[in-house]
Amino acid sequence: MATVLEDVGRGTIAHLDYVGSLNIQLWATLRAMGSALPLVGNRYRWQAAVRQMLQIGVDALPMVALMAICTGFILAMQGASELRRFGAIHYVIDLVAVGFTRELGPLLTAIAVSGRSGSSFAAEIGTMKVTEELDSLRVMALEPVEFLLAPKYLAALISVPCLSIISNVCGILAGGLFMFFSTRLDPLLYFRYVLDSIVLRDVITGLIKSVAFATIIAHVGCLEGFRVRGGPDSVGRSTTSAVVKSTFLVIVADAVFTAIFYFTVKS
Amino acid sequence: MPIISIRDLVVQYDGHCILEGLNLDIEHGETMVLLGGSGSGKSTLLRQILALERPKSGTILVKGIDITRCSAAELKSVRRSIGVAFQSAALFNSLSVEDNVALPLREHTRLAPSIIELVVWMKLAVVGLADFGKFHPQELSGGMKKRAAVARALALEPEILVLDEPSAGLDPIVSAELDELILLLKEVFQMTVIVVTHEMPSAFRIADRIAMLYNGRFTSIGSKGEIKASQNPRVRQFLDRIPEDMTKTSAVAAYFGKYLQTQEASE
Repeated sequence: MATVLEDVGRGTIAHLDYVGSLNIQLWATLRAMGSALPLVGNRYRWQAAVRQMLQIGVDALPMVALMAICTGFILAMQGASELRRFGAIHYVIDLVAVGFTRELGPLLTAIAVSGRSGSSFAAEIGTMKVTEELDSLRVMALEPVEFLLAPKYLAALISVPCLSIISNVCGILAGGLFMFFSTRLDPLLYFRYVLDSIVLRDVITGLIKSVAFATIIAHVGCLEGFRVRGGPDSVGRSTTSAVVKSTFLVIVADAVFTAIFYFTVKS
Repeated sequence: MPIISIRDLVVQYDGHCILEGLNLDIEHGETMVLLGGSGSGKSTLLRQILALERPKSGTILVKGIDITRCSAAELKSVRRSIGVAFQSAALFNSLSVEDNVALPLREHTRLAPSIIELVVWMKLAVVGLADFGKFHPQELSGGMKKRAAVARALALEPEILVLDEPSAGLDPIVSAELDELILLLKEVFQMTVIVVTHEMPSAFRIADRIAMLYNGRFTSIGSKGEIKASQNPRVRQFLDRIPEDMTKTSAVAAYFGKYLQTQEASE
């Protein structure tokens, strides 16, 4: 019994420690963020941020677009097969449009980015830790939080919402294609319906979510890197755990945000 | 006044005492060699001098500033006057050798790019790598990496140069070259040099004074001659390469006997 209690206690403390470290890192990064901004900040940080944006955003574009198109088709087909029985196939438009802007666009993007970039953050920083590069940054009076984290976080904050919008557009396009082939719905008419069904609030809530997801992915990835202890094997472990933890936290955060938006719209 | 002065330094990890009340003064312009076997605490001491870790108690004054308690801004200014070459060289693998050396200059000075280029070339020339600026660290041999790390450490013309195991993993010729380089640097730039090593020939070649660490304490501190003439059993053991008891045949037999006893007891 005592050992069970001990284990539960130890597990709880470990999780609290993790959440605490994440928070500390987030605040430290926000404080250092000024240096990464263009014009007012350090131009080398901004250059690093632009490079990161290319890696997180531009390089992920084909994958995110393809994922969104496939998911758009899936959603439209699954929706149509049920809704057709009620003669309500035109609701597929609402399903795809609202489903993507509010939910699937940001979520799919976050999962793709956490697999691509979250893991690469963890691997990059973890390797730097193992090879003493982080220490050598520190003794050169360059804080790793400012030097590495701020540009990565800024890049994630900009590119993840952009990717989400692109993912929304691709998903909705796929829905339009499906409607065109299955019911010969004119694409222009489809887009008019789409614009009728989504409101600005849907887009904004989707973007708020994707900003939160970007925060989770960047910080979990980097924290896992900083927590590397020992040799190369632990870099591998932390890379895996960066993807697992950030995907998990993204979905938890999604649930929380969706609940908040659901209950605030009623009142 | 000594440039570095360590008083009653105690360092503990998880309840284990690594350093037990060290006192050491390093004078301006001298070469101090920290000598000690594996696990003697010399790397820990180095990390303390570089303020990479906080001690349990005690003070470390570098240029009159207590780096165990000072503000972040003060620490930054102290670090700018220390150049460090780590054991693994810790060059940034994503940057060319030139950019590695240029990094501290770009970050901490407002020199024009053309001047930085010139300074970088000069530093690389000093360590004999003027033709290798465009190479990436992974394309260099072990000795070249070490020398590139020294060039980077020299970039900001530090008052204190710290070298962690400069000859570890290098053949005798290359490591002798590094020794000569250290002597040259000291003569030319009048720097205070701290070298951590376990190589006796190298230590006696470059040192003004030697501080010998054993089990977290200084067994003796003195000039080359004093150390050579020392009658301290630990110093003698180190100088005369006498193995610890555990490698004697009687000790091995005793371990073996103990192992057989536990096997019999378990049967």
